[in-house]
Amino acid sequence: MPTLLEIKEIAPAFKQYLVETPEIARKHQAGQFVIVLLHDHGERIPLTIADSDAEAGTITLVVQEVGKSTMEMGLMSEGDQIEVVGPLGTPTHVEKLGTCVCVGGGAGIAPLLPIARAMKEAGNEVVSILGGRTKELVILRDEMTEASTEMIYTTDDGSFGAKGFVTNALEQLIEERGKPDIVIAIGPAIMMKAVAEMTRPLEISTVVSLNTIMIDGTGMCGGCRVSVGGDSKFVCVDGPEFDAHTVDFDLMMKRQRTFLSEENVARLRFLESHKCKATKGTEVS
Amino acid sequence: MGRELTKKERMELPRQSMPTQDPMDRIKNFDEVALGFTAEMAITEAERCLECKKPRCVDGCPVGIDIPAFIHEMQEGDFEKALAIIKQANTLPAICGRVCPQEDQCEQVCVVGNKYKPVAIGRLERFVADWEVAQGGEIVMPERQPETGFKVAIVGSGPAGLATAAELAMRGHSVTVYEALHKPGGVLVYGIPEFRLPKKIVEDEVGNLKKLGVELRYNFVVGKIASVQELFTEYNFDAVFIGTGAGLPYFMGIPGEDYIGVYSANEFLTRVNLMKGFDFPAFDTPVGMGRRVAVVGSGNVAMDCLRTAKRLGAEEVICLYRRTRAESPARLEELEHAEEEAIDFRWLSSPVEIYGNDDARVTGVRVQKMELGEPDASGRRRPVPIEGEQYDVELDTIIMGIGQGPNPLVTRSTEGLELNRWGNIVVDEETMMTSIPGVFAGGDIVTGAATVILAMGAGKVAAEGIDTYLRETVKVPKARTA
Repeated sequence: MPTLLEIKEIAPAFKQYLVETPEIARKHQAGQFVIVLLHDHGERIPLTIADSDAEAGTITLVVQEVGKSTMEMGLMSEGDQIEVVGPLGTPTHVEKLGTCVCVGGGAGIAPLLPIARAMKEAGNEVVSILGGRTKELVILRDEMTEASTEMIYTTDDGSFGAKGFVTNALEQLIEERGKPDIVIAIGPAIMMKAVAEMTRPLEISTVVSLNTIMIDGTGMCGGCRVSVGGDSKFVCVDGPEFDAHTVDFDLMMKRQRTFLSEENVARLRFLESHKCKATKGTEVS
Repeated sequence: MGRELTKKERMELPRQSMPTQDPMDRIKNFDEVALGFTAEMAITEAERCLECKKPRCVDGCPVGIDIPAFIHEMQEGDFEKALAIIKQANTLPAICGRVCPQEDQCEQVCVVGNKYKPVAIGRLERFVADWEVAQGGEIVMPERQPETGFKVAIVGSGPAGLATAAELAMRGHSVTVYEALHKPGGVLVYGIPEFRLPKKIVEDEVGNLKKLGVELRYNFVVGKIASVQELFTEYNFDAVFIGTGAGLPYFMGIPGEDYIGVYSANEFLTRVNLMKGFDFPAFDTPVGMGRRVAVVGSGNVAMDCLRTAKRLGAEEVICLYRRTRAESPARLEELEHAEEEAIDFRWLSSPVEIYGNDDARVTGVRVQKMELGEPDASGRRRPVPIEGEQYDVELDTIIMGIGQGPNPLVTRSTEGLELNRWGNIVVDEETMMTSIPGVFAGGDIVTGAATVILAMGAGKVAAEGIDTYLRETVKVPKARTA
């Protein structure tokens, strides 16, 4: 079973895990994800891959502690073993297009990293716009700087970069320099929806990566389905990336709330039994 | 033993009925419904067999168990010998004894059944398998032939894959089974519920395969972590068997199917069976089922969903099926069990639209009344809508149990693999070899959704095909030349 080699807290309620899993590391391509299972009573948690090192045989997972299972993962120690399956999902379509704007918000910055890197390696000009509520929640800044040609930051509270949302920065960028060839946006659903609505009238090709409720991750259960261009698509195998202008974000956001009451039960029950150890986690927006 | 029974006396013995949990008790638990024969019942039932010289039952068995021979040993009370005979042909007897549709196979052609009820072959198989486990000793498996040095990869650990693996291991080949999920068994663990097939039994029987030398790798998605081609080039296998099943859920394509509370049967059953969602929050995966539940479809999978919903505490459980009870594809035994458990069957009823509220949660369904018209391609009378006859049902959960297709994950990633228009793999029926030399396939991925035992039967045929291919075409194991 894969071993957790290194665990680092990179921001409040954000942990970075270095996982030893040579076969996945060798095969991982930008845009793909894994599913982890912590123990035999656990649930299967889809997690994006922030980085991989084929030679070292490791992948890097960045996990925001939002619910029972991610908080429980946060209590694990280096040397512990977990089950990991992957790499799942269809890889990002990487090609030289010209200018690529990568928009990342919150936990969405993690899966954006390998995509930005691949787009830059393919010869694109990569302008990354990263945002968060406050400075310390704009994660992976150094790594993203290395993977991009230019960085723009925004924070809701103005503690870092421009005060405001990533969409404000994107709008300004387009006003100043014209339309980019592609926008790739990964973050909270509401952010991706806002980006899609901004770029749609401008007819800028826009890709989003979705993170829906999932069980097997191989197209068997259909729990992850989203409405894309009027058709039902499975995020786990048809995605996770889709044309942002065809995704029904409103329905997707509602479906993400399917198990809201169960999630709260599990979270409270967990916090009750781990009073002294667990961090409180963060609210999901 | 007393005097030998005459043929007439044998046939006149009543078929022993299976003790079951009382319906009103069992809808409150997930324990097995059928409790199994006692030794006395098993011997009496065995006495009913005429030991025909030309036994038709053996031909009726997809894996060709020597049925009269094992039943003969049971008449003598030698359960150990009886089981050894079964295991020569079938290494998963406790599973097959429970989930095979014997009424359409061995028992359908049983000569006793011409005039009386057929010998309860399936229940006898189950009895001896359970008997061995109850003895508590070492489980005896057939002997493995000397090592051949050939390596075979099996993709998928469902019934087809497990049967192929066992057969190849007995023939001395080195076998590795790759499973995408974190537990072995495929549909036996994610699909079939605990009350019909306890997961402990699947675990035990898969464990027995390990004794035969079969190796199992979990969390390994062929098509992602390694392609079929790479199993040959990078993993050094001499042959590959694809048994990935019918894992693609079908939806109806009616409005409202993406609302919260609409599940595929696969999702609903996986949450409950594989992830143990019935025991949330002790297990982390919730099911999220409501109080008024409808299941669309009337096959075995639909029966499993209906009866699972009942056990999870649904107040109302409705079956919506567009044909009638007579056309229902479920096993009669499953249908009867569901009826005993107070499922509300609405025949000739087909959903046309699902309603939801502002939160996108299901609130109800509009049902179209149907009537039976002319027979269609399947030979069954085609359901046609009765104009103007629609009604609404208030619901919070609706489960689609209308069938599954072939999961395209492996087939799409395998270049040169010939598929039919439904996406099933095309094979040579004699050898089960696909359009790619050395790549074999069997089970639901070839036939479309069918039964556990048909998949196992296909696995046995494929094992024979693979064995011949290795010896006559490959000749020298890759591991030896590498």
